[in-house]
Amino acid sequence: MTDMTVQAPEHEAQFGDYFALLKPRVMTLVVFTAFAGMLVAPVSLHPFVGFCAILFIAVGGGASGALNMWWDADIDAVMKRTRKRPVPSGRVTGSEALAIGLALSGFSVVMLGLATNWLAAGLLAFTIFFYVVVYSMWLKRTTPQNIVIGGAAGAFPPMIGWVAATGSISLESVLMFSLIFLWTPPHFWALALFMRSDYDDAGVPMLTVTHGRPATRRHILAYTIILAAFAVWLGFTSAGGPVYLVAAIALNAWFLKGAWDIFRRDEVMAEADNYTTEKAFFKFSLLYLFIHFGALLADAALRAGGLI
Amino acid sequence: MAINAEHELHGRRRSRNVGLGLVLVGFIAIVFGLTVVKVKQLGAVQGFDHVVRPEMLPGEEAPK
Repeated sequence: MTDMTVQAPEHEAQFGDYFALLKPRVMTLVVFTAFAGMLVAPVSLHPFVGFCAILFIAVGGGASGALNMWWDADIDAVMKRTRKRPVPSGRVTGSEALAIGLALSGFSVVMLGLATNWLAAGLLAFTIFFYVVVYSMWLKRTTPQNIVIGGAAGAFPPMIGWVAATGSISLESVLMFSLIFLWTPPHFWALALFMRSDYDDAGVPMLTVTHGRPATRRHILAYTIILAAFAVWLGFTSAGGPVYLVAAIALNAWFLKGAWDIFRRDEVMAEADNYTTEKAFFKFSLLYLFIHFGALLADAALRAGGLI
Repeated sequence: MAINAEHELHGRRRSRNVGLGLVLVGFIAIVFGLTVVKVKQLGAVQGFDHVVRPEMLPGEEAPK
């Protein structure tokens, strides 16, 4: 008889490790906004087709997450927040992440095209390309505006949901895109102000470091002013309604006040009260996006019920 | 001689195999469901059955 030896790797990947490659928490935001974009559209999809479309958009988003983890494994290993991700912790190899990312990208784009239309599929393909190649590979490590560019990738899902239902890109979908796109920079820079981030060690340029904190405060205010205009504008299109308009005016007034307060402060004041204003602004920013899309859904429900 | 002993490695791989199996079954269900919905959206479909179908004859033969 011969002896047989089994060489098992130290950490063998479980199914959950492969699932973690898809960034499930980012996926929940993708699902919510794509769902809102789809339901707000004037054309209604068959519920099962709608469900499949959301699923394929989510899988496409997950695929771009896996490709991002493959490419960024070196900086993920340096930063505390990302050190436990499947690739830097050694549970999944980089080439596995690459293979899964590529396979799921192709799968999700083709399936979305077959289920709905090829414009939506093309937008999903472009989103994956934009996030992986333009953001992760090219601009993330070279420019402090990386947050702004990365935000564009996160802003596509409601537009894809809208296009999946209607087959065309219209003003409403562009405004929903703008809502997330313009919201991302104030959201992340507020976080960067009070989190002593370890992006420095990883060599990722952040605005707080390259241009300083006062410049970051000015940027937050500028983006918030533009954001408020676009957010309220959406309320006057066919996607908006009374619920959205009231919510948008109230939320944006509050958001503008927060951005103004951040702009007026300096580091001495901020450190004196342990960044209370910045932390409150960041927490509110999460609610801000959630309520905007929730209000869009509420108006869509009112329209479906014939109440407006 | 049958090999019955189960290595601890097989237990660890089970989650992967079961997970992948469920994903594949789900994929089959989705493709089947999409097919049903898409075919139903076509409306009434007439199969080709080697029989003359009067409605497909050229218009000039239709009675006025």
